[in-house]
Amino acid sequence: MAEINIKQVAKQFGGTHALHSIDLTIADQEFLVLLGASGCGKTTLLRIVAGLETATSGEVWIGGHRVDKLAPRDRGIAMVFQNYAVFPHLTVYENIAFGLRMAKLPQAEVDKRVNRTADLMHIENLLSRYSGQLSGGQRQRVAVARALATEPAVLLMDEPLSNLDALLRMEMRAELKTVLAESKTTTIYVTHDQVEAMSMADRIAIVNEGRIVQAASAVEVYRNPAEHFVGSFIGNPPMNFLDATALGDGWWDVAGTRIKGPSVKQNKLQFGIRPEDISVHSPKTSNPQDSPSATIRVLEPLGSHLLASCKVDNQMLRVVLDSDASVKAGDPLHWSPVADRIRWFDPATALAIL
Amino acid sequence: MYSRKLPYLLLLPSALFLCVFFLYPFVLVAWQAFVTDTGELTSEYFMEMATHWKFNTALINTLLLALAVVPFQIVLALYMATLVNGMKRGRDLILYIWTIPLGISDLAAGIIWLAIFEQTGFLNSFMQSLGFIEEPIGFLGYQNKGTIFVAIMLAEIWRATAIVLVILVAGMGLIPKEYYEAAEVFGASRWKQFTRITLPMLKPSLQTAMILRVILAFEVFAVVVALGGTNLPVLMGEIYTWQYDLRDSSVAAAYALVVLAISIGFTLLIMWGLRTPKGARV
Ligand SMILES: Nc1ncnc2c1ncn2[C@@H]1O[C@H](COP(=O)(O)OP(=O)(O)O)[C@@H](O)[C@H]1O
Ligand SMILES: [Mg+2]
Repeated sequence: MAEINIKQVAKQFGGTHALHSIDLTIADQEFLVLLGASGCGKTTLLRIVAGLETATSGEVWIGGHRVDKLAPRDRGIAMVFQNYAVFPHLTVYENIAFGLRMAKLPQAEVDKRVNRTADLMHIENLLSRYSGQLSGGQRQRVAVARALATEPAVLLMDEPLSNLDALLRMEMRAELKTVLAESKTTTIYVTHDQVEAMSMADRIAIVNEGRIVQAASAVEVYRNPAEHFVGSFIGNPPMNFLDATALGDGWWDVAGTRIKGPSVKQNKLQFGIRPEDISVHSPKTSNPQDSPSATIRVLEPLGSHLLASCKVDNQMLRVVLDSDASVKAGDPLHWSPVADRIRWFDPATALAIL
Repeated sequence: MYSRKLPYLLLLPSALFLCVFFLYPFVLVAWQAFVTDTGELTSEYFMEMATHWKFNTALINTLLLALAVVPFQIVLALYMATLVNGMKRGRDLILYIWTIPLGISDLAAGIIWLAIFEQTGFLNSFMQSLGFIEEPIGFLGYQNKGTIFVAIMLAEIWRATAIVLVILVAGMGLIPKEYYEAAEVFGASRWKQFTRITLPMLKPSLQTAMILRVILAFEVFAVVVALGGTNLPVLMGEIYTWQYDLRDSSVAAAYALVVLAISIGFTLLIMWGLRTPKGARV
């Protein structure tokens, strides 16, 4: 059992706040992804859990024990470092075996585990090499293998696939997910790649400027962003946001159209809709009242679909169109949101209105 | 005119300098050791050197001193360097203090320790004033070869550990912190981190420090003269004696070549012992 509890952890480097009071619980055997832009504090949080950095305040619990005061080696963790930290004076084999040797495992067991994890990471033919003879991507896989080999209760991974090329990354993603699902490991996985996050995570914690703004399943953070930031960060292209003005009785004016929304006392809200949650009508069938018109500015044929960037009421609106839609730049586009996919945000707090 | 020749051109003066002031005298010395006045090749001088009653003693004393002093210095310097590197504040100050003996010549160092150990020295007057002893002890008398040896050891360790320390501190500073973090996370204790990360990654510095120290240890002279006079013959002292007292520069040259051979031998041994495996980077 290795549940991880992070309680009100804050970290300051000199005057800069890297983390503001983080509260997060990672269930036993859960795969949690910390997702956020570069510099938002992901590595810092991971290093605090590992014990390589001391929190300015707050507590870290692993498996029901408070570990703040424990040395990293006493926390029962393994880690993949963002900069790999593959030992240059040891062969790939000895690198992977490092944790096992420290645990004084018998040679037969060391051999078995090194070979298995090396196979898994496709580095079985590099075992006798030194890290100076490896590419960045290979080194990264050695770092992952070294962590997996120890079969830890808690696995901390800091952007472990960032340096692999796209195809290999996709393959490794799937393999890691399978392996970690079979092992009983609790994993915290740091990435800035949302596709990686969505595809692997049981739960995604989205970090922004040292705060966790939402921690939920991939579908949930995608469908129901808790903050404006989440909507604009998750999704490619991100969620559309348009200004909405109150018309009374829960009706809102969005780019010249009446749309039913929440009954709140604010005068202004933000209306959010995903580009694929917009339906498009031919001009004849549509009623201008409930189908606002936008002007197509740029069309990007992306194969599976056609992405149209439009202007509506002087605001940007991206719409996903069928790949064989016959439109061109400058055309008007009559659109309407899929009603149950509309999200509303308070412009003052940037929080979603439920 | 930057070209491939330029570096060689720039190195030429120093190469010439070395040839004139090192290679040429070396050839002269070798000539003196192997060739008689009449121009015949001979091993007569080596025979004379080796059969002299002080040769074996001098050789053994020199080797024993090096063996007693250098490993101790390496271990001590490793320990001191670890302490210095672990310090957050005052690191530079401690380093300056520890390296003060570096600024003292070996003869001066020998005299300082002589002032401690001689019959009227600090040690005797200190023990006398505390009532431990009635009469001053002749630590450095000819019948006390053991204490002379220990006194020389102490003086050498005091005098020349700092140079090892400086090299090792610089070398340790170059080892990235991330390797210690990785070792720590994967269960390495402090001691294991030292043996599995620090030592192997410090090999180039250790190599430099050991070669430097071993070569200097085989050339030990002034400290021995100051503390032991002629009671503890060493190779360098014999060279001096043959050259200036016995006025036989051929035998002195033979001695010099022995010192050179031992130095080269140990240098090769250290380089081999601390080699980095092919492909490994430290
Ligand atoms: N050792 C440090 N000293 C000072 N500032 C740091 C240190 N480590 C990280 N920071 C700062 O903390 C913030 C978060 O960094 P980090 O956790 O590395 O971000 P991420 O991993 O999400 O890219 C950054 O602004 C970074 O500059
Ligand atoms: Mg990072």
